[in-house]
Amino acid sequence: MAEHISSSGEGHGSVGSYLTGFVLAVILTVAAFGLVMSHAMSPSATGGAIALLAVVQIVVHLIYFLHMNGSSEQRWNVMAFTFTVLSVLVLVAGTMFIMHDTSINMMSR
Amino acid sequence: MFGKLTLSAIPYDVPILVGTFIGAAIAGLAVVGLITYYGKWGYLWREWLTSVDHKRIGVMYIVVALVALFRGFADAIMMRSQLALAYAGNPGYLPPHHYDQIFSAHGTIMIFFMAMAFMQGLMNIVVPLQIGARDVAFPFVNTLSFWMTTISFLLVNVSLFIGEFSQCGWLAYPPLSEQQFSPGVGVDYYIWAVQLSGVGTLLTGVNFFATIVKMRAPGMTYMRMPVFTWTIFCTTVLIMVAFPILTVAMGLLGLDRYLGMHFFTNDGGGNQMLYLSVIWGWGHPEVYILVLPAFGAFSEITQTFSRKPLFGYKTMVYATASIMVLSLVVWVHHFFTMGAGPNVNAFFGIMTMIIAVPTGVKIFNWLFTMYKGRVEFHATMYWVIGFMITFSIGGMTGVMLAIPASDFVLHNSLFVIAHFHNVIIGGVYFGYVAAMNFWFPKAFGFKLNEAWGKRAFWLWFVGFYFAFMPLYVLGFEGMTRRMNHYDNPEWHMWLLIAEVGAVLIAGGIVCQLTQLYVSIRDRNLAENRDLTGDPWNARTLEWSTSSPPPFYNFAILPEVHELDAFAHDKEAGIDTRQAGGNYQPIHMPKNTACGFLIGAFSFVLGFGAVWYIWWLAAVGLIGVIATVIARSANNDVDYYVPVSEVVRIEQEHSHNLMAAQAAE
Repeated sequence: MAEHISSSGEGHGSVGSYLTGFVLAVILTVAAFGLVMSHAMSPSATGGAIALLAVVQIVVHLIYFLHMNGSSEQRWNVMAFTFTVLSVLVLVAGTMFIMHDTSINMMSR
Repeated sequence: MFGKLTLSAIPYDVPILVGTFIGAAIAGLAVVGLITYYGKWGYLWREWLTSVDHKRIGVMYIVVALVALFRGFADAIMMRSQLALAYAGNPGYLPPHHYDQIFSAHGTIMIFFMAMAFMQGLMNIVVPLQIGARDVAFPFVNTLSFWMTTISFLLVNVSLFIGEFSQCGWLAYPPLSEQQFSPGVGVDYYIWAVQLSGVGTLLTGVNFFATIVKMRAPGMTYMRMPVFTWTIFCTTVLIMVAFPILTVAMGLLGLDRYLGMHFFTNDGGGNQMLYLSVIWGWGHPEVYILVLPAFGAFSEITQTFSRKPLFGYKTMVYATASIMVLSLVVWVHHFFTMGAGPNVNAFFGIMTMIIAVPTGVKIFNWLFTMYKGRVEFHATMYWVIGFMITFSIGGMTGVMLAIPASDFVLHNSLFVIAHFHNVIIGGVYFGYVAAMNFWFPKAFGFKLNEAWGKRAFWLWFVGFYFAFMPLYVLGFEGMTRRMNHYDNPEWHMWLLIAEVGAVLIAGGIVCQLTQLYVSIRDRNLAENRDLTGDPWNARTLEWSTSSPPPFYNFAILPEVHELDAFAHDKEAGIDTRQAGGNYQPIHMPKNTACGFLIGAFSFVLGFGAVWYIWWLAAVGLIGVIATVIARSANNDVDYYVPVSEVVRIEQEHSHNLMAAQAAE
């Protein structure tokens, strides 16, 4: 019954905030490509660095493009997002724990 | 033009399949013929197939689940018969190629299309009524979920007659399920069926989570929610966590097979152990997705037939919530032998043992609910008590398997098979059948026959012990699962006993069918009709409206003052219906064929992709997208029920109620 899409609860950005987000996203993307193409760091350090840049990129998108913030209209969105992060963490961290331990134990690495 | 599909893909040279096809064709033609003879196609299409009414969708889910039960059970009894025969040089009647498809199909069908469909059917019928809502939050999404599940089940059954099904077990472990070792279409059928039904289940999860959060009747706080609703609430959370993981696992396996990637292959840097971790990251929560609603049903039934409120409502809620959280961190116990070190195995072993604690709390709560209650031994109650005994045994063998050291001995043996059938039949299946007996009069307005219900119970209960206790012994004697034939004389007698059990269970299923037939035949007898809407003197809101409920459920949304709102109102002499009150026009969703269409196009997409018929897959995909766009552009999705019609329906029910009270 709640099929009518209502506009309440959705934040709207301004041209300025979209531009800020766009510039930040471009910088982060260029930085990631630059790191890989310039061979400035060791391969493992490069992997870690671009993973970090990717996480920052996600946060930028969430704030500037998906308008997520701490206001009360956004409470359910933030809750849903926290839920997503938690479940991803359980699976990713758990899998890394398991697979790392297996590799060490089986001497496959 | 037809991709991999050639005439040789039709197994017309396999007598068992030809016989099955003829049987299925005759049954199908009979159904089609009857519908045509009685001119019911229009009725079926308008009132059922395109319905967005949660009660009708629930009934259709359970019909699908029962069909899946027959298919899955046919597979089961074929396996048991093969093992009863295939001993000491006798190859049995099923060659490995066929046998392997049967055990893969049995597991896939029983979990995805029997248990999941049954569970979604129950939640559809009960939850909106139980929280005093008029429908679910997203009625269109609800019909879409149903059709995604149904067409996926159809895809699995098509694999019987066109091509083959997966031979890699119900979870399709790589590297066996990779293109290199399974070049046929079997695994592709499996991947597409699981993937498409997963979409439906995930949407159901989101839909019911939103329904329970946003649409509870005024006054129903979280701690006044009925236990069944609580268990469904936790189940929907688990669905939302777990099913995306399944989608990812199937997606990566699909990329390996279709695009030659190397996520889980032996070469190219792949790691098949990663698949185990990911698939069980879904697979273990899935077990609790199935069993939590059964726990909820047992709670409702026990309190109703013990004539007193549930013992320890709050501990029940906390136990359910802790199972929900713990079930996310136990998945390694499915593969302790993979080679992880003691740190990993100890952590997940201990977590698994801990999860037995809240489950034990629940068992004691049900026992204390019965203690000093006026327990009525209704057929429904038989399943509950049978569950408590059987499930406790299964739980204890589960704790044995949770100890990594003993798991190394028992892994992949028939002991594991005995354990999980012990909890899934004893917990999930008994629970769903009990729930079906309990809520049947609510959905249809007449009761199920009790005598046949009790016969079905006894055959299932005894049959279960005959069929699965020998498997514990066989596990200790070292018999592994998925074995096609053997020559160990010590195993033969136990497998014969297990075959007897399977035959007893077949008798149980026949009794259940007879129960349905007899109940429908005698539906107009006075003792079977449910005119009051409250045949069991029950405690929750779904019993305050008529049976079957009007399509809008409640003419006036009920006010909740306490836990077990309807029981409280009956004691306090409050009319929950507020009959003759101030009726308003009721806002309802319109029926739509879009769910059916998206399902049909998804089937085309799946079938095309399985056989590499890319133009057909493209037609399916474009059809899905076009239907979604057309549906989104349609604003004519709702209407108002005029007050005059509400008054007419409500007065009819009031009239029935008075007649029933006068008869007492």
